This record gives sequence, C-alpha cells and structure tokens, in this order.
Amino acid sequence: MVTTASNNLVYERPAGFTDTPTHYCPGCTHGVAHRLIAEVLEEMGVIDKTIGVAPVGCAVFAYNYFDTDFVEAPHGRAPAMATGIKRVMPDRIVFSYQGDGDLASIGMGEIVHTAARGENITVIFINNANYGMTGGQMAPTTLPGMKTTSSPNGRDVETQGYPIRMSEMLATLDGAGYVVRRSLHDPKNIRLAKKAIRMAFETQVRGLGFSLIELLSTCPTNWGMTPVDSLKFVEQHMVPAFPLGDYKIAAGVAQIKV
Amino acid sequence: MTRELWKGNEAIAEAAVRAGLEAYFGYPITPQTEVLEYLSRRMPELGRTFVQAESELGAINMVYGAACAGVRVMSSSSSPGVSLMMEGMSYIAGTEIPAVVVNVMRGGPGLGNIAPSQADYNQAVHGGGHGDYHNIVLAPASVQEAIDLMVLSFDLAEKYRTICMMIMDGSVGQMMEPARMPEMQPVNRRDWEWAANGRMGKRERRFLTSIYLDPVVEEQTNLRLLQRWMHIQEDEARYKEYFLDDAEFVVIGFGTAGRVALSAVRAARTQGIKVGLLRPVTVSPFPDKVIDELVKRVTRFLVVEMNTGQMLEDVRLSVKGRVPVEFYGRLGGVVPFPDEVLSEIKRMTSSNMSLESNPRNEWFERMKGHN
Repeated sequence: MVTTASNNLVYERPAGFTDTPTHYCPGCTHGVAHRLIAEVLEEMGVIDKTIGVAPVGCAVFAYNYFDTDFVEAPHGRAPAMATGIKRVMPDRIVFSYQGDGDLASIGMGEIVHTAARGENITVIFINNANYGMTGGQMAPTTLPGMKTTSSPNGRDVETQGYPIRMSEMLATLDGAGYVVRRSLHDPKNIRLAKKAIRMAFETQVRGLGFSLIELLSTCPTNWGMTPVDSLKFVEQHMVPAFPLGDYKIAAGVAQIKV
Repeated sequence: MTRELWKGNEAIAEAAVRAGLEAYFGYPITPQTEVLEYLSRRMPELGRTFVQAESELGAINMVYGAACAGVRVMSSSSSPGVSLMMEGMSYIAGTEIPAVVVNVMRGGPGLGNIAPSQADYNQAVHGGGHGDYHNIVLAPASVQEAIDLMVLSFDLAEKYRTICMMIMDGSVGQMMEPARMPEMQPVNRRDWEWAANGRMGKRERRFLTSIYLDPVVEEQTNLRLLQRWMHIQEDEARYKEYFLDDAEFVVIGFGTAGRVALSAVRAARTQGIKVGLLRPVTVSPFPDKVIDELVKRVTRFLVVEMNTGQMLEDVRLSVKGRVPVEFYGRLGGVVPFPDEVLSEIKRMTSSNMSLESNPRNEWFERMKGHN
C-alpha cells in the first residue's frame, strides 16, 4: 500500500487562494482574515462567481491572493465600486475588504450610504487601530492614549477626538441585514469569526441586505510589539473598547442556519 | 424618426438609453439635474440600473465598478461635481476601462453660478485628475449634436478602453430644440476579454487595478496609454467647417461659443467679409491638422470662447506663430451675442496685432472698456 502525503493532510491552501507568497508582515492577522474568507467561499462553492474589491491600505494587493476576479478601489470608495458591480450583476457574490482608515475615515460617506441603501454586498472590515500601510498613523479607531506616528504623545481625545465604533453605528441603519464584530486574537475567536463571515455571505446570497463583519486585528510592526503581545493587546485593550457581539441580525438573517 | 422638441439634458439621457446604457449613477446639480431625473424614471421602467449616489465621489466609483464589469455605464454632473469625480476618473484612466461622463458646465471657479460656461475646458482636455492620461472630449453645439455625440461616446470609450467626456455648457443642456432621436439599440452586454465579471467556470481569474509599484512597469503603462492616445489623435479628430473655402479670416469656437460665432460669421458674409468658422467637435483630440492646413491660406484667426482663453492655447500650439491669433471671451456665465463677435470679426479685418502680441492680454485691455 502506497502512502501519500495527502493521507495525512490536515492543512492546505484553500481553493480560494492562489499560490502566492504573502507580503504581509509576520504576525499580522490579515493573513488569517484572508484565509477565513477563502475557506468560506470554497465551502459555499461560490469562488467562480465572486468579485472582490480591494482597498487602499495594506490589503491593496489582496487581489494577488484570492483566486477570484478582483478590482482595486480608490481609498475609501470600495463600497461604491462594489455597489456598481453588484447592481449590474446581482447574481455574483461581491465583497469589499477594507481597513479602518479606508472604511471609517476617508470612506465614511460611501460605507454609510451603501449600508443605508441595503446593497447586497459583504464588507470585511479590518480594525487594527492604525493606518498600517503608511507606517502607523492615527486612525479613527485608534484608542485614547495610544501612541502612533501622528499621535506621538498618545491620542489626546481633547484635540484628536474619540474612536469610532463602526459596527454600532451601521447597525442603526435599516438597510443593514447583518453587522457583527469579532476578533482574531485566539483560535476560539477565529472560529467565531469564520462563522460570522459565512453568515454574512449567506445574507448576501439570500438578498437580505448589507452585511459587514468587523474583525479586531493586529499590527505588530506599527504597534512595536511581538506578534504574541499584539494578540494580547487586542484581548486586553481592543476588545474592551470595541465590544464583540452581534449588532444587527435582521429577522430574515436570523432564520439562516449554517 | 420624426423630429421632436427635446430639452438638451433629457435628450442626452434618452440618447444614452437608446445607445444601450445599462447603468447610470449620478447626483443632483444644476444645470445637469434633468439627466438624473429623467433616468430615474426611464432606467427602472426598462429594468436597467439607476442609483442616485450619496455624492459625485460615490457616483463615479459606482461607474468605475460597473465599468470593470464591462457594461455601458455613465454619469453626468456639472462643474463642481465633476471636480469631485476627478479622483475616480484618474483611476478609470489608469485601469484602462471604458466609461462615459457628461459635464454640463457652469460658471466657476468654486461654487460659481449656474449660468452657461466653458471654463472646464482645461480640466477636461488637459487632465483634471492626477497622472499622465488623456480623455476623449466631445463638445456639442446643439441638442441634435448632443444626441449624436452621446451615442458616439459609448462607441469611442469602448473602442479605446478610455474615458469619453462630453462637455456641453448649461445652455445646450437647458434649451429645447427640435431633434431626431436614434433608433433604440438593444442592450448588448459584451463579455470583454478584460472585464472582471466573475470566472463563471470559463477562465482564469482577472483583476483590474491602477497600481503598478514597479516604476518600470508604470512607465510602460504610461507609454501604452500614450500610444493609444496617439492612435486616437490620428483617427478621431472631428470638426465642422463653415465658409472656409475662400476664407481669409477664420473664427474658431466650440460648443455654444462656436454656434454664436456662426451667426456672426453669416452676418459678416452678408457684408462681404471673407470669414469662415472652424468648430472643433472633438476638443480632445484637438483638430490641429485642419488648422495646420488653414494657416497656409488665411491671414488671421479669432478664437471665441466662454472662458479666459483655454482652447486659445491649443490653437496657438497648432498655428505655431505663423499667423496672428486673436481672442474674444465672455465668461463667468455670460454668453456672447452675435453682434459682439461680429464687431470682433470686423476689428480683426483691420487689426495690426503682431505675431509677438499676447492675444489674451490684448483682449483683456479691450475688455476694460466694456465693463
């Protein structure tokens, strides 16, 4: 009997991925988020009809990794592009992948109105509390007192304002079908995040409105921490400021069993 | 089809529908709003896409998305709104995909006013958005021409995978004229070889992007855009000529300024002045070859615009200092009367402006007497 490696295979690249080495920093949770999306698309059998919209930010090259069609949006405009694509091809699966600077700052208008219109798209929102690609500046989600390259003495809420909780805000809109916040700081939460991503895409498949999963994520390089310490930082500081939970589950979405 | 009375903005909206427009994304702004209003009724009744966006930023990026999918898509706006669209237009240009944008121009800069203007010529013709790219820019002078060019704009955009803009001043958008609509074309969604419309079991993945981190690759991209532009310059320059056969003097104007100038040229002809009119229909590519030919047999040009002399610079580049070029402009929403242009034509016939004079400065000095 011939034994092949595949007999013992417990982990491999999901079909939703291309064979491309990552450009993300060691310990960054973008890779985890990417993988969860790819696994969900594979499990739902929709890779072939999915079109992704990449942001400006660290995930600008997301299109290199997913084995789906992809477009690359101007900073913050991914939800508008996704709207344009989904409206002319309603049978396709359309998702945007956006960071906190992209979605909660420059793209605030686009994300709010896309949700308000109840566009049947899915948004993966990576909240790592800073602008990663440009080297760690203060973002709308930067915690009070948190040091960044543009808040060198720590974010002073008197002059630099307060963090924005996007999931809570967007959940108030009637067009939103599914809005939840999860975290990627440990295996249990990663499993919960995957389930939420599945729910979001199922919401889209059923035409039940706008879906968004906010994922609390790490940025070891710009936070100046080891990957392990970064995960602890998420658990100890991010989760209290951005509570995990289901902020909007529309009646129709609540019926979905995955 | 018989001629019907059409308002310019509604006419181009219907013309776009008949050209197979699949999706429209827009935002209200005077004097363009009727395009949006008309299509808000017309598109849904045909089962096509209409979205009133949250802003012109949203609108142009919805256009960008739908254009990536390979459908016939457009937006329309007026000057301040078009400024907001420049980000998206640069991305569309960098991604090398077709899209159509109409600018029903109004007075500016800033909030300006809602009166007809041609002040966005430079924005449309010489860039607007960041980076090294060119748009095809069409400039109708009547409702009928706006209809015809609206249909053409989709074909040109798709043929060259580029942005085709139509710039018409507020008066073309707002006035009603008898015009003939084209026949209704069915929607013909093409499965373009570049479109990101889902693999659907047929092919490898595609991605559409405007980022080229490697400067050498970006340089190649820019050269590819330039090469395409050179083809467009060679093949797509369009213009209308009036009374040029025996003309000693030539007026050049586009859009409404060109139309007003035509009335003046006709009046001048009745007075025995050998003057003709060249009206660029494509202001980009600029019809420089015909000007090059005219230079060899006329004595003087007069450029008439509803701005401070933006196309004037392109005319001067074409004339290359061989004969004097004069200028007359009204601006800020003021439309010149034929009598004013006729006076300028008469002045031109006995003008002693030299090749070295600056036509804008000379005009500016003359204007001081007017206001």
